[in-house]
Amino acid sequence: MTLDTQPVMINIGPQHPSTHGVFRMRATLDGEVIVDLEPVFGYLHRGIEKLAEHKTYLQNMPFTDRLDYLASMSNNFAYALAVERLAGIKVPERAEYIRVIMAELMRIASHLMAVGFLLNDMGAFMTPVLYMWREREKILDLFEMVCGQRLTYNYIRFGGVSHDLPDEFIPAAQRFIDEMPHFIDEYDRLLAENEVLLARTRGVGVLSAEQAVNASTSGPVLRASGVGWDLRKANPYSIYDRFKFDIVTGTNGDVYDRYRVRIGEMQQSVRIVKQALGQIPQGEVRTKVSPKLCPPKGEAYAAIEAPKGELGFYLVSDGSPKPYRFKVRAPSLINLTVLRDLVVGWKVADLIVIFGSIDICMGEVDR
Amino acid sequence: MTQLLSGRDVARQIGERFPDAVAASDENAVLLNSEALLEAAGFLKEDLGFDYLTSITAIDYPEYFELVYHLTSIKRNQGLVLKTRCDKGDAHVEVPSVVSLWQGADLQEREIYDLFGISFKGHPNLKRIFLWDGFQGHPLRKDFVLDVPGGGLKGSRKE
Amino acid sequence: MEVERPYSASELDRIEGAEIQALMAASKEPYPDPVDWLEGEGRRNVILTTTESLVDWCKRYSTWPIPFGLACCAFEMVGAFASRFDLTRFGMDVFRFSPRQADLMLVAGTLTWKMAVPLRRIYDQMAEPKWVVAMGTCTISGGAFRGSYSVVPGLNLIVPVDVYIPGCPPRPEGLIHGITLLHAKVARDKLIKKE
Repeated sequence: MTLDTQPVMINIGPQHPSTHGVFRMRATLDGEVIVDLEPVFGYLHRGIEKLAEHKTYLQNMPFTDRLDYLASMSNNFAYALAVERLAGIKVPERAEYIRVIMAELMRIASHLMAVGFLLNDMGAFMTPVLYMWREREKILDLFEMVCGQRLTYNYIRFGGVSHDLPDEFIPAAQRFIDEMPHFIDEYDRLLAENEVLLARTRGVGVLSAEQAVNASTSGPVLRASGVGWDLRKANPYSIYDRFKFDIVTGTNGDVYDRYRVRIGEMQQSVRIVKQALGQIPQGEVRTKVSPKLCPPKGEAYAAIEAPKGELGFYLVSDGSPKPYRFKVRAPSLINLTVLRDLVVGWKVADLIVIFGSIDICMGEVDR
Repeated sequence: MTQLLSGRDVARQIGERFPDAVAASDENAVLLNSEALLEAAGFLKEDLGFDYLTSITAIDYPEYFELVYHLTSIKRNQGLVLKTRCDKGDAHVEVPSVVSLWQGADLQEREIYDLFGISFKGHPNLKRIFLWDGFQGHPLRKDFVLDVPGGGLKGSRKE
Repeated sequence: MEVERPYSASELDRIEGAEIQALMAASKEPYPDPVDWLEGEGRRNVILTTTESLVDWCKRYSTWPIPFGLACCAFEMVGAFASRFDLTRFGMDVFRFSPRQADLMLVAGTLTWKMAVPLRRIYDQMAEPKWVVAMGTCTISGGAFRGSYSVVPGLNLIVPVDVYIPGCPPRPEGLIHGITLLHAKVARDKLIKKE
């Protein structure tokens, strides 16, 4: 005897503990199994691209902080690269090293959050988050030492960085980097062989390599599917070609591989920061650029490997102090293209885990 | 280092296969006619190996809308910029969708539809993505005016 | 593979759009800040019993927040809840995501018109007595995004606000200061009536 059933629609979000921000999904369920998913965006659409056309290039720097607010330094970096490419501005050596150190420390902080909240979604309520927050607070202390802000830094400028590092920064960063591998191992030991983690993530939400490339995913999501594409190696920007580090890839493209890729990337970032702290020269930290910068007419696209993926800025200039078009290539939005395909056939609890493993930030998705 | 292909070379290769596809080209980009966009993009994907669509952007110029496609070939580590234009005069502005070639175009084309009003023929789910149903207008068009307090430096405000 | 959906997406979108337009039309004037306790409205001659003062003490030190983290300020709010700044020692250990179980709505981050509809709905679902804390400049006035076509220029257009915490984002200490002010307000409700 078969039961006569009907699929049901449930609404997840926008106010929800596990949606990583204001994101709404309309899930069609057949019992507990998801048969369809419709994401609804726009709950944090603030119109940054339109507002940016009314402000000068330098005034848009704080807007870039608020895109992916978990990795503000990276956003600043990408925007500065785009404007420097547009206007042909050179950056002094010391500033390049400072930018790389900041970007990699930011990557560690962002991945700590990503892994912590992924585990929070799996049910390990707050314990991994609080452990990882401990290190993140140390990184935020380093940033506060440099620029006075904990979250939205606005530190990187066109032609360098805003001001020089204080004297206590490099010893403090050295101390942090020396202890960090021990902490990453601690997390790995606690988590990697945990049965619940393995059961909930192995084989769940598998993304094949061809679909990952076809759907324009980038960052850890792409690399976990086995595609070794990292902009720091494929198209090195700034001075990344001077550092030795590996690209961490996964094999299956499931949630477990995305978790492993993020842990691996943290370890590689520690390597890069260690090398950069050893090689950083003395010198100027900023090329003088007018605040009312008028780049020549033209366009430029610059992308970096942000913690969430490939973050790109496409700027079109008409010779005036304000950009004619300010476009953000947001990795989080584009990574969400595959959400429906990854989730169909799994249960609601798996939806939360798969969504957490893609690691998005709504500030970037909606802009 | 990603090798950015010369627009002229690629235009020549596209022109050999599809004679009317290329409208113009320069060192940095290839400008295609919008009717030939889908076929030319298919050729770029299959034969020249551009398997990754990095981004699609729309720009509102005074006489036309321009769509800019940044393509990347992961296999060969090459990049290319493709452009196409559509007229603003018509009430209904339409361009072919490339979703059938690259799934990554899905949400990006919806965003352009939402913020510029450019429709994409062949898109499976073309509806507003960020703004709500019933919002009047398309914000990123230049004729959609915002009243922004404090925009620009003192004395440099032209608007 | 096309699936038969048990709902019509366009119908739901149309309804949502209509709700947003209605809320935009209805939110032209800000709600006045609830400051009646300052005006002495409660200055009645009521002798405060031990039970009442005990209830006050409990109410003050066990406000359960519903963290309405919308954008960047949410992560300073999480930072305040984490072990370094520890909001738990102020009795706010339990952050309930269900409005039926919360009495404080902590709005942190930029509010857009699209999000204002769920926010108002959740505010209405909370039981009295309830308080609202607006964290960050985006909730106070629209912040860096004021003038945008989709940002609400101030949370007090949607709900009455008890405490405003400026900052972009405010430090966790700023949030803690705001919370202590709120506790004083919660307790003072009855304190004034004592005289």
